[in-house]
Amino acid sequence: MVRAEGVRKRFGRLEVLRGIDLEVGSGQVLCIIGPSGSGKSTFLRCINHLEKVDGGRLSVAGHLVGYRHQGGKLYELRDREVCARRAEIGMVFQHFNLFPHMTALDNVTIGPVRVKGEDRSTAAARARQLLERVGLGDKVDAYPRQLSGGQQQRVAIARALGMEPKLMLFDEPTSALDPELVGEVLDVMRSLALDGMTMIVVTHEIGFAREVGDTLVFMDRGLIVESGPPKQVLANPAEMRTRAFLSRIL
Amino acid sequence: MAASDLHEDTVPSGELQVVPVRHPGRWVAAAVVLVLVAMLVRTLFFSHVMRGGRPQERFEWHIIDQYFFTSEVLKGLLVTLELTVLAMAGGILLGVVLAVMRMSPNPIVAGAAWVYIWFFRGTPVLVQLLFWYNASYIFPSFTLGVPFGPALVHINLNATLTPFIAASFGLALNEGAYMSEIVRAGILSVDEGQTEAAQAIGMSRLMTLRLVVLPQAMRVIIPPTGNETISMLKTSSLASVVTVKEVLYTVQLIYAQNFKTIPLLMVASLWYIIVTTVLMIGQYYLERHFARGSVRQLPLTPVQRLSRALRIRPAEGPFGPNLDVDAITVAGSGRPHGGEGGGPL
Ligand SMILES: Nc1ncnc2c1ncn2[C@@H]1O[C@H](COP(=O)(O)OP(=O)(O)O)[C@@H](O)[C@H]1O
Ligand SMILES: [Mg+2]
Repeated sequence: MVRAEGVRKRFGRLEVLRGIDLEVGSGQVLCIIGPSGSGKSTFLRCINHLEKVDGGRLSVAGHLVGYRHQGGKLYELRDREVCARRAEIGMVFQHFNLFPHMTALDNVTIGPVRVKGEDRSTAAARARQLLERVGLGDKVDAYPRQLSGGQQQRVAIARALGMEPKLMLFDEPTSALDPELVGEVLDVMRSLALDGMTMIVVTHEIGFAREVGDTLVFMDRGLIVESGPPKQVLANPAEMRTRAFLSRIL
Repeated sequence: MAASDLHEDTVPSGELQVVPVRHPGRWVAAAVVLVLVAMLVRTLFFSHVMRGGRPQERFEWHIIDQYFFTSEVLKGLLVTLELTVLAMAGGILLGVVLAVMRMSPNPIVAGAAWVYIWFFRGTPVLVQLLFWYNASYIFPSFTLGVPFGPALVHINLNATLTPFIAASFGLALNEGAYMSEIVRAGILSVDEGQTEAAQAIGMSRLMTLRLVVLPQAMRVIIPPTGNETISMLKTSSLASVVTVKEVLYTVQLIYAQNFKTIPLLMVASLWYIIVTTVLMIGQYYLERHFARGSVRQLPLTPVQRLSRALRIRPAEGPFGPNLDVDAITVAGSGRPHGGEGGGPL
């Protein structure tokens, strides 16, 4: 579903991604851990066209990110095409980024209605189901301000799911939450994974990575230092840096 | 331990009489204000001066009364309102466009907006109005068409550029420069995460602006826009200089004939105050509307507060806490309502 080969990205003189290689199969869950500033968010943003890749090849569902392949040439995507590609990838942010002037229901329906042109009542019916699914069937008419952090993040997940994405990206979805609210969000993510959603999750929830992840990647300074099955990486890290990082967060 | 021994006997036991704090300063201040108000009322309504050897009402209220609702004055008021609405509508539209242009990644587009704002803020509105009034001298006609190519529309400005249109244009073009700064501040006040979230669900840039950013920017945009509108109401009186018969020019024409300058100026002023008051009330409700979602519970409107205050219990005394309406705890909600967006007056 996602394939990265030597992906590079720089901001000015700062090389944030220095050649990322990885592959995520359909229905798989990839967890990324690593110290702050190692380029995890930037990598997710590249996948979702929020940043432009400077080098290497990055493809999602067989499409090269940012380009259209046609007659042996690569054409850079127009804005509209970029939007269409983004619509197929769900993204969940550390700070939720719900639209505060809309109710939970409107947060979920606005994408399907405005971007996909779905009719309002079908979209609303489906949004209710999604909110039900994340355990917020009774908060349909609440504004984000009236919800706890955990509830807001679950609405944000429902909003992403509303676009019926092929791939879900999570950027530290529980880092901004009070400890007692982390569980409810992880539960929703776990059930998504069980339903076969392809997911890339940047997280420091080692328990979640061990239990749900198919692959665990440790990133540092723009490079993948180590990757493998979570149990193995966590129990017997091969690299010094992985070991040092794990000992700091565990 | 020594300290507690020391204080052991300082708190007396038994029934005690409570003496509330007195506020003599408040009574003095109130008395001074009341006297000043009484003096003002007397000067305004009950004092006389000698004019032409006869005592006359100082402010000639009967003349104010006589002209207040004449069709001429009302027509002038309507023109004032039209000018205000047109100038603000044009200004807001232009302001949004200029704000978006200024934030464009294209430096030429951003630069053009900057130059526009620089120019229109750098010259007096009055001069701009005079310029548009006389524009047909420089541009006798206006042609819309392919640049350096064939013309599509041709307008004879000598005939079309009436004083009213010139004034509306001038005020709107000038207002656009100020509104663009207000709109830009509003857009910048919205968290970048909002744009990102909108883009992540596939919204285009324009859609993001319209559905996500601008509605949130409104909270920041509306209060200064309300001020601009109120200010425009009065700035529109500059149109009198280019012979637009708005309310000021109307009363000027009247007092040029009967020499009742002050009473007629008061007619105009009272109308400005009345319309300003209405605008302030409108602004209050508009701000309330756009506060949705940003406060957990909307503050009550003054009308709601008044009716609740009357139902709860009468005020304790002239300066007791209950007279301070903001401090009344809302019955049922169990907590004082927040101070977001004060009342209009
Ligand atoms: N838009 C940007 N402009 C300049 N530098 C950036 C930008 N975004 C991220 N960076 C830098 O890139 C590095 C990696 O950031 P990020 O991907 O957010 O790391 P992580 O998510 O792993 O903490 C950081 O040093 C950060 O300062
Ligand atoms: Mg990050």
